[in-house]
Amino acid sequence: MRLHTLTAGAFALALTAGAALPVQAEDSVYIQLATYRTGAFAGSGIPVANGMFDYLTMLNERDGGINGVKITLEECETGYDTQKGVECYEQAKSKGTLVFNPYSTGITLQVIPKASVDKIPVLSMAYGLSAAADGNTFPWVFNPPLTYWDGASGIIKYIGEQEGGMDKLAGKKIGYIFLDAGYGREAIPLLESMAAEYGFEMVQYPVPGKEMQNQASQWLNVRRDKPDYMVMWGWGAMNPTAVKEATKIRYPMDKFIGVWWSGGEDDARAGGMDAKGYKTLNFNGVGADYPAIQDIKKYVVDAGKSQVEPAKLGENLYNRGVMNAVLMAEAIRVAQEKTGKTVINSEDMRLGLENLNIDEARLEAIGLTGFMAPMKTSCEAHSGHHAMYVQQWNGEAWEKASDWFEPMTDKVKPLLAAAAEEYKTSNAPWPARTEPCAN
Amino acid sequence: MDILYSVLIDPFVQMADMPDFLLQVLWEGFVAGVLYALIALGFVLIYKASGVFNFAQGIMVVFAALTLVGLHEKGVPAYLALILTIGVMGILALTVERFVMRPLVNQPDIILLMSTIGLTYFLVGFGEFVFGGEPKQMITSQLGLPTGSSAIEIGDGGLLILQHIDIAAAVIAIIMVAVLAVFFNKTRIGRALRAVADDHQAALSVGISLNQIWAIVWFAAGIVALTTGIMWGARSDVSFALEIIAFKALPVLILGGFTSIPGAIVGGLIIGIGEKIGEIYWGPLVGGGIESWLAYMIALIFLLFRPQGLFGERIIERV
Repeated sequence: MRLHTLTAGAFALALTAGAALPVQAEDSVYIQLATYRTGAFAGSGIPVANGMFDYLTMLNERDGGINGVKITLEECETGYDTQKGVECYEQAKSKGTLVFNPYSTGITLQVIPKASVDKIPVLSMAYGLSAAADGNTFPWVFNPPLTYWDGASGIIKYIGEQEGGMDKLAGKKIGYIFLDAGYGREAIPLLESMAAEYGFEMVQYPVPGKEMQNQASQWLNVRRDKPDYMVMWGWGAMNPTAVKEATKIRYPMDKFIGVWWSGGEDDARAGGMDAKGYKTLNFNGVGADYPAIQDIKKYVVDAGKSQVEPAKLGENLYNRGVMNAVLMAEAIRVAQEKTGKTVINSEDMRLGLENLNIDEARLEAIGLTGFMAPMKTSCEAHSGHHAMYVQQWNGEAWEKASDWFEPMTDKVKPLLAAAAEEYKTSNAPWPARTEPCAN
Repeated sequence: MDILYSVLIDPFVQMADMPDFLLQVLWEGFVAGVLYALIALGFVLIYKASGVFNFAQGIMVVFAALTLVGLHEKGVPAYLALILTIGVMGILALTVERFVMRPLVNQPDIILLMSTIGLTYFLVGFGEFVFGGEPKQMITSQLGLPTGSSAIEIGDGGLLILQHIDIAAAVIAIIMVAVLAVFFNKTRIGRALRAVADDHQAALSVGISLNQIWAIVWFAAGIVALTTGIMWGARSDVSFALEIIAFKALPVLILGGFTSIPGAIVGGLIIGIGEKIGEIYWGPLVGGGIESWLAYMIALIFLLFRPQGLFGERIIERV
């Protein structure tokens, strides 16, 4: 009787353990996607989550995975909450994820010190800690294709061009409205440095997380201060509210420029036709006309395996998620080539992320010609200061309003190096890089 | 000396220099105050009748607005969606009375508060399950509400910009308060509700049904939540972030008293206008962003002089 009970108990335990772990066949790898489909930031989180999930699912459905290795996907809901995000990271670690995508600067900052200990690469695509671009200091963190500081420098460069030269910035007033959190504050040091160098005045308008949908005061201040340009670092419910408030005070929308995370269709749509002219940075293509996106439609959306509304396929933040998934898929492919293994682990994945080389030919091969600027990472450069462009809302959709252009790398690079040094000092003893360089 | 000038003189100089801007700040504060007052009204209705601080009032605002927009997205015409949403809020009121309030009657206040916290999380999950987490645009024009704005020239080139939806919000709020005032003072149910608010046992002894009264106040709070959701949703969008706005009603309640409808109105206006004036004219002295705590400061200062709130009932206990 006792033996029988023990056997039954052991069997039940085995079943439970089996159920708790993702099903991984021998030819599969596991990736956890930390996403947020609930809460105040869901408006931005949902399309990104759909894009990531659908591209990797498409690879599974169309190609049987990457080089025959299927990708087992699992989402972990963070609600954009740092504490929940760290719990997701711990869960991802226990399940052997190849890579961790925090999708929140707050979560990224928390997991950076853990990544090198746990040997899990953190991919914070164009968000997170800007200084993490320094691969020698942060071998386990990757933020391609651009850092926030690249973005901030890009906006200042673009404004300079609009004004007829960087020297024309002297005496101008540039307002900075931002989510008063790690994300929004990240660009401030670069903007302050640029303000000092080019002689413009930077006026800050912080928006507390609790007041995202109550920005009347910030925009009244904008009306009083009359900045020549407004720059926004918004996310979630902050974006559509800011666009609406800008139209309410009749701010010239073509002088209002958001970072790439403030450029969702729903963000601009909220302002109706009055939002026409609103601009944001971007680094991925918009629309569903790319062969890879069409394959997503065929193999995932039409097959009922996606959560995206068909009309939203190809929207900006959806495609942003696709690009994030492309980086992961390409890193897996590179890691497979470099190690000679098909089923790689997270240490191999780090190698792949450090040796990305997505050139025009590769973009064409994966059905994404023109979708993004060619990009490359190396042991030193985990971000790469790649090209971006400005898009403009025409009242119904985004239109390209500039060519691809580089950030002010010469200005940003030394600041990044100094910030990385500062991070090392304030987090001493910060481990020295021991991972060999395989570029 | 500079600091004293910045704090005591400069803000007033700015007000005098730009009177059109001052009027704009006062108008924005007034509109925000009206909306805060509406949220606070929802809290007051339930607190008056049952002594319960309804933590779920914020999510009721989101839930009502989401139901309205969600039904319209599914092809229901706007006005029918509005009627159906009122129906849903009625069903919610009956459900809360039957499954939350009634089983917990005579339990300590903290238990009832906890039950409304539970209700909040249920409605968050249920709302996301049914309507998804994506923000939705309020069906402002489909409901016949005005959009656009008018500008009034003031002085030498100054402008006062009035959003039509804000004017509508103020008018609707005034009508709603008037209707509630008539309902509470002139109808049989309204008098019964006031009797319950004064003394549960005395009300029971004269044959007033507590259950019926509770269902009615939860329904009334649901209607107030729907109105608030429509108006606030039209200003930004309908998302779960709106829930947080509801907590703006807390300083309003502290100020106006938990049991006073006029208190909610006056408190809302004081908080709305006070926080905007504070943020615009004194906020820049400390880097801005003071709005989120200034409302509580205003309420606390009032509390020092009137602990029961502006219109709250004075509690006199004999020792």
